[in-house]
Amino acid sequence: MIKEYKTIREIASPLMVVEHVEGVTYDELGEIELPNGEIRRCKVLEVEGDKAVVQLFESAQGINLAQSKVRFLGHPQQLAVSEDMLGRVFNGMGNPIDGGPAILADAHMDINGLPMNPAARAYPAEFIQTGVSTIDGLNTLVRGQKLPIFSGSGLPHAALAAQIARQARVLGDNETFAVVFAAIGITFEESEYFIEDFRRTGAIDRTVVFSNLANDPAVERIATPRVALTAAEYLAFEKDMHVLVILTDITNYAEALREVSAAKKEVPGRRGYPGYLYTDLATLYERAGRRQGKKGSITMIPILTMPEDDKTHPIPDLTGYITEGQIILSRELHRKGIVPPVDVLPSLSRLKDKGIGEGKTREDHSGTMNQLFAAYSRGKDAKELMTILGEAALSEDDKLFAKFADEFEKRYVSQGNTTNRSIEETLNIGWELLSILPKRELKRIKPEYIEKYLPEK
Amino acid sequence: MSGTITKVSGPLVVAEGLADANVSDVVRVGSQRLIGEILNMTGDQASIQVYEETSGLGPGAAVETTGMPMSVELGPGMLDNIYDGIQRPLPEMRALAGDSITRGTDVPALNREKKWDFVPVAKPGDQVGPGDVLGTVQETSAILHKIMVPPGVSGQVVSVASGEHVVTDIIAVVKDAKGAEHQLPMYQRWPVRIARPYTKKYVPSRPMNSGQRIIDTMFPIAKGGTAAVPGPFGSGKTVVQHQLAKWSDVDIVIYIGCGERGNEMTDVLMEFPELKDPRNGEPLMKRTVLIANTSDMPVAAREASIYTGITIAEYFRDMGYDVAVLADSTSRWAEALREMSGRLEEMPGEEGYPAYLASRLSQFYERAGCVECLGADDRQGSVTAIGAVSPPGGDISEPVSQATMRIVKVFWALDSSLAYARHFPAINWLTSYSLYLDTLRPWYTEQFGETYMRNREKAMHILQEENELQEIVRLVGQDALSPADRLTMETAKMIREDFLQQNAFVDEDAYSSYAKQFRLLDVVLHYDVLCREALDKGADMEALFAISAREKIGRAKMADAGTFSADYDAIEAQMKKEVEEVVAGGENA
Repeated sequence: MIKEYKTIREIASPLMVVEHVEGVTYDELGEIELPNGEIRRCKVLEVEGDKAVVQLFESAQGINLAQSKVRFLGHPQQLAVSEDMLGRVFNGMGNPIDGGPAILADAHMDINGLPMNPAARAYPAEFIQTGVSTIDGLNTLVRGQKLPIFSGSGLPHAALAAQIARQARVLGDNETFAVVFAAIGITFEESEYFIEDFRRTGAIDRTVVFSNLANDPAVERIATPRVALTAAEYLAFEKDMHVLVILTDITNYAEALREVSAAKKEVPGRRGYPGYLYTDLATLYERAGRRQGKKGSITMIPILTMPEDDKTHPIPDLTGYITEGQIILSRELHRKGIVPPVDVLPSLSRLKDKGIGEGKTREDHSGTMNQLFAAYSRGKDAKELMTILGEAALSEDDKLFAKFADEFEKRYVSQGNTTNRSIEETLNIGWELLSILPKRELKRIKPEYIEKYLPEK
Repeated sequence: MSGTITKVSGPLVVAEGLADANVSDVVRVGSQRLIGEILNMTGDQASIQVYEETSGLGPGAAVETTGMPMSVELGPGMLDNIYDGIQRPLPEMRALAGDSITRGTDVPALNREKKWDFVPVAKPGDQVGPGDVLGTVQETSAILHKIMVPPGVSGQVVSVASGEHVVTDIIAVVKDAKGAEHQLPMYQRWPVRIARPYTKKYVPSRPMNSGQRIIDTMFPIAKGGTAAVPGPFGSGKTVVQHQLAKWSDVDIVIYIGCGERGNEMTDVLMEFPELKDPRNGEPLMKRTVLIANTSDMPVAAREASIYTGITIAEYFRDMGYDVAVLADSTSRWAEALREMSGRLEEMPGEEGYPAYLASRLSQFYERAGCVECLGADDRQGSVTAIGAVSPPGGDISEPVSQATMRIVKVFWALDSSLAYARHFPAINWLTSYSLYLDTLRPWYTEQFGETYMRNREKAMHILQEENELQEIVRLVGQDALSPADRLTMETAKMIREDFLQQNAFVDEDAYSSYAKQFRLLDVVLHYDVLCREALDKGADMEALFAISAREKIGRAKMADAGTFSADYDAIEAQMKKEVEEVVAGGENA
């Protein structure tokens, strides 16, 4: 028997205090019925004695202290899941908004999920070919990895993410895949860009979209990525699919979290974000992965815009500490017309070492990768020196490195948003570029591979 | 003794009716019997931090105190195992509850069914005191587990068992001076927040060999010492920690994954059983205990995980072993502290961290050290504590880094610009330091002669000089440098690339013995000496830099651990010959 309370004492959006409650528990989901019959959702943040502090997921507008009724449902927020979700569009809370019928639930899953037992994880090691050289060659993505894109306002992260979603595949493998796309506080146009791309390539039938747009309630955004990941977990671990999850934009999510934290009058951490931002983000990101004995996997590409392109801002900073690497876009390269403008030096894939090499990509992959990084880094230093002192100040070697850096950006990085390069192509372009340098400088590659792969000049 | 919940706010629960409970008691909360610990008491009200997710908990639910502080079980069965932050074995939790960590799972830390072959050492009639060895168990092929008399018990041995026993079996009975008989099982319990006792503490004087050139040669750490590895994300903290866990010449490694990635623990779980200890050929996992409280696991247990780890380390130390504790990352531990402090509505200190942050950190690091253990046989053991620090934005002016730097003796500062250039390990040689250089110098001198430390100083000097010269190059270009300065730059580059850089993922290079490190640096410095002499004789600088032995030096670190000495002799000979040729060529021209 669910009790209804007409004892709302206080509303300070997005928080509300309900008094004289009985048997209410922490994290429970509630419903508020407005005088006009409209229903809104909320969840319990704190209970003390007979007083419950709840957080609204939608606006507080129109809630009347005397007339509105509150019901507590006895369970945390759940998502009705089934395979029929594929091809459908839902709002940020998981309700269909595409005009189709409600989902006939195969199961109801708690959107908060459960932490995965580290002893049950399987280490991600299967190479995913994205067709993008800067990723495949230098910051290799593997199945079950969480690899965010750190972008800035006005940078083409959407184009890169869509390109990855379109081209990503595992070599020699035809297993079922699915895409879960969560729009978190982004504009209609940006969301439509992705959906249109999925539609054009036919991927839409294998895609589940959760959409919380910029004009939807900000607080709902706290639920959106959790709802999306719950759907992904169902598809991956119950239905054996390989799921690619795109979450965009995490910055909006963190801001919603800050809004609620501020309303709760919590002691703020850096830049006003709550002290538990790290833990909170981790409960999202760590849901990616593979499990022993399960066929499916969750690979996650969260996108975030760095305020002022500042990598040390708490959102990218804490994300970088949790995720397994990051792809960083550079405004400078973008201005130079390099597409996609991936800044490879600060970019990183932590799981690459287990996903590359003989039998996975090619035996020379690891060595050439390190050599390209080191050479590009030295080339950029040389170019910097050149702008101050002029070309004459460079040694002969440094001139070659400077040339290498330019060619590297032009030929390796800048491939456009439609080119789909195989891993062999990527590696071979790498060798062509390395042939610019003196052979004795190729210290990071085993001599036998230099012998085998270095093109004759 | 049981009370009732009045308030739930995330991991913090307040309950009343607990007047008889003690501060720091472990309590069981609600119908699922979640594990919690009492933090504060006001009247009969207790503030409790709950180590599991509290969703579904509400006022009215029962809270029961166990009357015991947060403790760990110490006995055979810990090695080769992986625990969560409050010492629940994760593989067994998985067998019981599936792939996810569900709540209220109750599994004993030590397997109650596994039988161990107990070999008695003490005999009936012996007088024993705390720390005396009653008998031994060959726990893994690598480690002999000594079953000791627990602190607080002494007297005459009445009986000792032998043969196959489970950990709860009574293996000895000791009668104390008052005539009371103590039944001693194979395991003991110890509260995690209290350091285990020892007879005496020493100043550490032996280095811990890590096989990492920048550490062993440049910034060594002593067995029983403390170190911090701070660095922004992506600078290779975890790889450094993994390398230390793999190659350190200690008997036992306790690896605490505190608020870090789940896949990193999986990596260790999968890789360590395959890797062999370079000293005895045993799988590394046989000497390792893993504590995993990943970032998605409940935050309160993260706070406990550090203590669980160091208590297990102290227990092995008490057997006379050298133990290394690797905590990755102490910043996440401090954040857990901050989160609980915030919920307790305590007055915050810097950046929201509680005012007791520094004292808690120093309490942790001070549990490291070189000691004479309890017990009659004067055995010595050590605990080396190495903590990773994850400063926000890589800025070490923040409270956790600063509090850590005031305590630890070794500081391996990771540098993101080195990491971007793929210089690994990305430990910055200018900002890092080791305060053990003076205490360890006698050891190095005894083992390898005075040249070892002299070479180190010379190399550091060259790197320091390079830093100054680089300023000039940035302003006026390298042509402005004298040939001698150019050579310094060149040698510094060789020290950086050919000596300091070490690839953790290449078998030949992942571990470097002291002898190999010594010779490798010696070769590089020898090149410097030869070239300097040649320059004095008027040899052409560019020709000296282009000799073909240089390429060999560049690959010298890949030399096989067995044959490197002969290889390096050959390189030195070639180098000498080629430099002489350049000198001769200059004279002929």
